[in-house]
Amino acid sequence: MIQVNQLSKKYNGTTVLNIEHLEIPKGQSLGLVGNNGAGKTTFFSLLLDLIQPSTGSIINNGILVNASEDWKPFTAAFIDESFLIGYLTPEEYFYFIGDLRGQNKADIDALLEKYEEFFNGEILKNKKYLRDLSKGNQKKVGIIATLIGNPEVVILDEPFANLDPTTVNRLKKVIKELAENKDITILVSSHDLQHTVEVCDRIVALNKGEIVKDIQTSEETLQELEMFFAV
Amino acid sequence: MFKHFINLELKAFFRSASVGKSIGLKILMGFLVVYFLLVFLVLGIALYPMLEKVFPGQKPLTIVNSFVIFWLAFELVFRFFMQSLPVMNIKPLLVLPIKKESVIHFVLLKSLISIYNIFPLLVIIPFGVFNIIKGNDGTLNMIVWMFGMYILALIVNYANFLIKKKFAENIKAFLPFVVLGMVFFGLDYFGVFKITTLSGVVLDTLVLQPILVLVPILILAGFYFLNFKYLKNNFYLDNSLQSKVEEAKTSDLSWTKRFGEIAPFLQLDLKMIWRNKRPKTTIWISLIFLAYGLMIYTNPTYKDTPAFSVLVGILMTGVFMINYGQFVPSWDSNYYGMMMSQNIPMKQYLASKAGLMSVSVVILAILSTPYLYFGWNVLAINLACATYNLGVNIPVLLFAGSFNKKRIDLEKSPFMNYQGTGATQWIVGLPLMLIPTLIFYGIYKLINAEVAIIVIATIGVIGLVLRNYLLNTIAAGYTKRKYATINGFKQQEN
Repeated sequence: MIQVNQLSKKYNGTTVLNIEHLEIPKGQSLGLVGNNGAGKTTFFSLLLDLIQPSTGSIINNGILVNASEDWKPFTAAFIDESFLIGYLTPEEYFYFIGDLRGQNKADIDALLEKYEEFFNGEILKNKKYLRDLSKGNQKKVGIIATLIGNPEVVILDEPFANLDPTTVNRLKKVIKELAENKDITILVSSHDLQHTVEVCDRIVALNKGEIVKDIQTSEETLQELEMFFAV
Repeated sequence: MFKHFINLELKAFFRSASVGKSIGLKILMGFLVVYFLLVFLVLGIALYPMLEKVFPGQKPLTIVNSFVIFWLAFELVFRFFMQSLPVMNIKPLLVLPIKKESVIHFVLLKSLISIYNIFPLLVIIPFGVFNIIKGNDGTLNMIVWMFGMYILALIVNYANFLIKKKFAENIKAFLPFVVLGMVFFGLDYFGVFKITTLSGVVLDTLVLQPILVLVPILILAGFYFLNFKYLKNNFYLDNSLQSKVEEAKTSDLSWTKRFGEIAPFLQLDLKMIWRNKRPKTTIWISLIFLAYGLMIYTNPTYKDTPAFSVLVGILMTGVFMINYGQFVPSWDSNYYGMMMSQNIPMKQYLASKAGLMSVSVVILAILSTPYLYFGWNVLAINLACATYNLGVNIPVLLFAGSFNKKRIDLEKSPFMNYQGTGATQWIVGLPLMLIPTLIFYGIYKLINAEVAIIVIATIGVIGLVLRNYLLNTIAAGYTKRKYATINGFKQQEN
């Protein structure tokens, strides 16, 4: 589904990301772990064509992302709160994204109903603008908005951060369900090794922009990663 | 402490993504400033001999004193629209061991370093010196008078500061001042209550009794204190201050569906304008500017210069377009990254912006039709200008927007949010107004006004016909500069 070749990003001569080769097959759920500055967000930004690669390229479902925009209809992402529109209510935001992804109001309502438990009654019909929601609730909106319009690639940057423990568990359930669907490729980044190991089939660890581990999740994965990141 | 603040300001300016654009504007502003400095200096020097000639037998000082009140009122209005207030990003300072007082004093004192505080000096000093040379009043008395007049100008400075702050929160706060000013003007005009006499008597007394200069000084101190108190009370971030969260009002905008593909963006833009203070004021300003024609058409000086009406026409029908259009796509800067990763063709995004501006031009053109009262020519020029705005100025503004890299914080508290409410926004609008005016003037001189009107309208129609092509070209520019734009919008600025 996604092929990365000779990809690098340099800022003023400092390499922040350098990936020789990475292939993510369709239907896989990939967890990206690493310390601050490892290049996780840089990689996602490149994948979304928000920044330009210094060398190399990313191919998403046969489409070169920095040459064509045709990857947009089947790719959905939530990077941070700047992906939300502060002066809309959550419902308006969902309908807006739905409009862009060719979904009508009924489709969206059906989707939102499915995630009512995840919202925990704090999101919908509250007559609040997104800017007035707490960081955690904003995140819930952003995450669910990525599921609108049956995307084939879902990208979530640090989805577990800022969420309360109950919501973290619910989110894990949501991601696991998605991962079971073999049409959807999921990319999740996190600092939290345990959460990532729990929801992903495969873990890629980045350090200073380089891939230092690439493992299929198994019983020992968590231990292996904890050893690696131990001080 | 102030040394640190000044250091921060300089860094903020030179390290911002839009420093090139800012410097360009600053240079242009520089020329304008020099021009106005000269104008005021000439006025200051010529005032005494002129008054002596026009009102023989009367003391020029007395005449000036009686009109000072109008001068102050004019200065207040002028400053209100033109002077941008000093801004500072307080968030990072809030938790640091810095006294709030010193930040506020810095902001308030910074407002003194403004060119608008130099203009009055250029009139006051030469005029005062003339009076001293002529020996009408004592030297000391005149020096005190000059000092007192300058204190009055500074009072206006701080009064404007206060009004602007309140106005940003709530437009209605400005209304009482307008009404009060109009009442006084009316009373004076009909001779019921001569405020000019009062102003004259008060200031004449100041010349005779220099000690009274303490009164304006006290008033100045009072205004400074009011500002200080206001800023201190608002020295919080909105979120911690806002105890009650604004209730979201959802209105049915399904009527926009008839605009087809651009409907979602149009809905978004309407909500953006209506739900955020900053863009909302552009609507009010547009309506205020509709009255601009009244000022010009009733003035006989402009009767014989129809080219000037073109300037007015472009401004009246295009004021929203200018105010809104020059900040495309900065209005969406808070979530531009998301927009760019969504399934949005750039052209559609621009088409919706163009659509919104077009609607505003059409509405303002319709609202300006009562100017028919001043003759068919006026109406014809306005409509031609509206067409020109639709066909040429909208694409020009959108094109210029592809170079916009400056973030606009819609949600920022009014405490520090004055981006684009100063003179710069009008300067950006100048070429939009001057080019059609010059075209009109040229043809008007060579042939006649009717042909000139037709030419302006025809240029507009050509632009409209080519709009599809123009939008495609402009969209390519936006796509090309996408990365720079996203990067620029990420920068938090004052």
